[in-house]
Amino acid sequence: MVQQKESVTLGMWVFLAQEVMFFGGLFMAYLLYRVWYPAAWAEGSQELDVMLGGINTVVLIGSSLTMAFAVRCAQLGQNKATRNWLLLTLVLGLVFVVIKGFEYYHKFEMHHIPGADFVFHGPNADQIQIFLSLYFMMTGLHALHMLIGFGILAWIAGMAHKGRFSPEYYSHVEMAGLYWHFVDIVWIFLFPLLYLVDRVHHVG
Amino acid sequence: MPTFFRRYIFSLDHKVIGVQYALTSLVFLLFGFTLMLLMRWQLAYPGQPLPFIGGLFGVANAPGGVMLPEFYNQLGAMHGTVMVFLGVVPLAVGGFGNYVMPLQIGASDMAFPKLNMASYWLYFLGGVTMLASFVLPGGAANSGWTAYPPLSYFATIGQTVWLGGMLFLILSSLLGSVNFITTIVQLRAPGLTWFRLPFFVWGQLVTAFLLLLAFPALQAAALLQAMDRIFGTSFFMPSGLVYGGKVVAGAGGGNPLLWQHLFWFLAHPEVYVLILPAMGIVVEIMTANTRKPIWGYRLMVGSAIFLGFMSFLVWAHHMFLTGMGTSISTFFQTTTMIISIPSVIILSALFLSLYGGSIRFNTPMLFALAFLPMFGIGGLTGLPLGLASSDIALHDTYYVIGHFHYVVAPGTIFALFAGVYYWYPKVTGRLMNETLGKIHFAGSFVFINGIFMPMFIQGLAGMNRRLYDGGAQYAHVKDVLHWNTFMSWSAWGLGLFQLFFIVNVFLSLRTGKPAGSNPWQATTLDWAATSSPPLAHGNFASAPVVHRGPYDYSVPGTREDFIPQHVEHADGEAR
Repeated sequence: MVQQKESVTLGMWVFLAQEVMFFGGLFMAYLLYRVWYPAAWAEGSQELDVMLGGINTVVLIGSSLTMAFAVRCAQLGQNKATRNWLLLTLVLGLVFVVIKGFEYYHKFEMHHIPGADFVFHGPNADQIQIFLSLYFMMTGLHALHMLIGFGILAWIAGMAHKGRFSPEYYSHVEMAGLYWHFVDIVWIFLFPLLYLVDRVHHVG
Repeated sequence: MPTFFRRYIFSLDHKVIGVQYALTSLVFLLFGFTLMLLMRWQLAYPGQPLPFIGGLFGVANAPGGVMLPEFYNQLGAMHGTVMVFLGVVPLAVGGFGNYVMPLQIGASDMAFPKLNMASYWLYFLGGVTMLASFVLPGGAANSGWTAYPPLSYFATIGQTVWLGGMLFLILSSLLGSVNFITTIVQLRAPGLTWFRLPFFVWGQLVTAFLLLLAFPALQAAALLQAMDRIFGTSFFMPSGLVYGGKVVAGAGGGNPLLWQHLFWFLAHPEVYVLILPAMGIVVEIMTANTRKPIWGYRLMVGSAIFLGFMSFLVWAHHMFLTGMGTSISTFFQTTTMIISIPSVIILSALFLSLYGGSIRFNTPMLFALAFLPMFGIGGLTGLPLGLASSDIALHDTYYVIGHFHYVVAPGTIFALFAGVYYWYPKVTGRLMNETLGKIHFAGSFVFINGIFMPMFIQGLAGMNRRLYDGGAQYAHVKDVLHWNTFMSWSAWGLGLFQLFFIVNVFLSLRTGKPAGSNPWQATTLDWAATSSPPLAHGNFASAPVVHRGPYDYSVPGTREDFIPQHVEHADGEAR
């Protein structure tokens, strides 16, 4: 049992190392284009709704807190509390995705979706399209990770509902917690890199 | 009692999954090899209809049996893809790694059996996707196995399917490497400390780390390229690009070099993914068949780890021709020269291990011995390619093809053949036929050199690779063009001698000599299990305990010339 728990924990960390490299490839693309097109990055960033992004950041950090509570309750064998914290985490995650959906929809109305229908006026339009391509790619893959997370949360909330966890058996919750915190951390990087570029020169 | 499906199709046992991997990848190796045999016809006899089979490819690919350039490009791109991603790596890691590694560490299975099954089926799905792309309109991907944009942007739908297939294959190998690392760290038998691990296991461990950390970059890059192709973004599409006489519509502003960086960040470590498991196999076979410990075991382990680390710092030596600055190219040629040191250490240690050994020239040993000079030629011809000044002349010539094929074909694939002959008795309980094996070896050895050695001559004369007619329109290669015929006949000869291997694999199932559990009198734990070990996660009758290092051969004073790792004290051994 101890060996099994150690194996699962190690496997999860190794998997997360892979995830870091995956997002690393995308951040590499972001870095190169930002160095090449600083003006477009500053201008493109203004197009994003910093208020909605900020609210989402708070929501997601809050969901990490409730996730941590869920892990603690599972360690103590309190199945009902575990289930409730997990469901609260799930709800906060849904709030995040819904807000994100509104942001995407707004971009769609503005014809800011990269591709054939893209409309943007100004000298930096081409480069801003690359900025927005990266924005959709990175936040989209982040959102995909969240959707996968919803499935995991629902599954282990169901396990908690059946009273499956005990102080000796709670790795499922702990591993889901690691995954959820990882997804959270990715957003912590995405938010300043996408929403806050050069914002300081445009305040007030 | 598990059903037939659970036992043999959707099995959770590492041995069944290993055999599934091995058989599938051998079929893909044969398929990828056949693509090359077709290309060799076009190179030897450009513009002449393919004999006998010319009508099979349809008007779209080969009207009147004469291969079209587009079809030739499909064959080239898919030969590379199939051989690397569907053939060699799945055989070396999925096949040998899955079957042998848990046995060698004394485990009853992998750490995550369900993940293991998922890896195999994702690999299978990726393979089917790649194969299916041949029947699409416009055929399979035709932009080379490297899929450089903007060329790949204008390719037919097959390129999009290629990207989809790659996503499956990458996911498969990522799940596999998570499993391998966890298994090796967690499930070693009591007493099996790190420096008692067989070198094969070390090779698999370093390989798993390379796959884990290098592949995600290509995963990201493949998604970006798919976005460019499907949704018209321009991650890799430059501004003002002219194609077919017209400026390409769409945004532009992207940079194709970004793809090359992300691609080679995977693809250089991938070279060591190809070579490290092969080295592991060769070490196991050489030490058992020289009856002496491997020379410099710890040095070799250190070299393998250093090799893995350095392989992340050399990728841009594939890109000297992109016009990069001299300071960058200086950095990458320095790291490239440094990485050659551990490879040379490993190769030298293997040569030194032969000294004073009582060598048994059986089939696996012959293949393992041939690996040494063949990999040596492949490695040494790589040095001029690692230096920017000579690479600029040699890049994009047949010299490069000769170089990496020496590493991968008579290098890695010979080691894989050696491994098949060596572990076949563990899998089936019977030895493979020695006579057929030796004929297979001799023919393969002669003909494979007949294919690749002239490539150096052609490349040094400046003959470009990837040309549909082999370069017939260029005056400066007139004197070396005649080698094409010789090379093509060598390739077909090589194909002919593989029949001896295929027949041997099937024939020996029935008629092979019964092997017992340890036919080679080897020391590692895989030979302590019965042949073949029982299914359903029960490799060993009782959990083995390890008392000694991996290669205790010819210990002075002992009655037998080998002491298995699980033996606590052998007859006559000094206490």
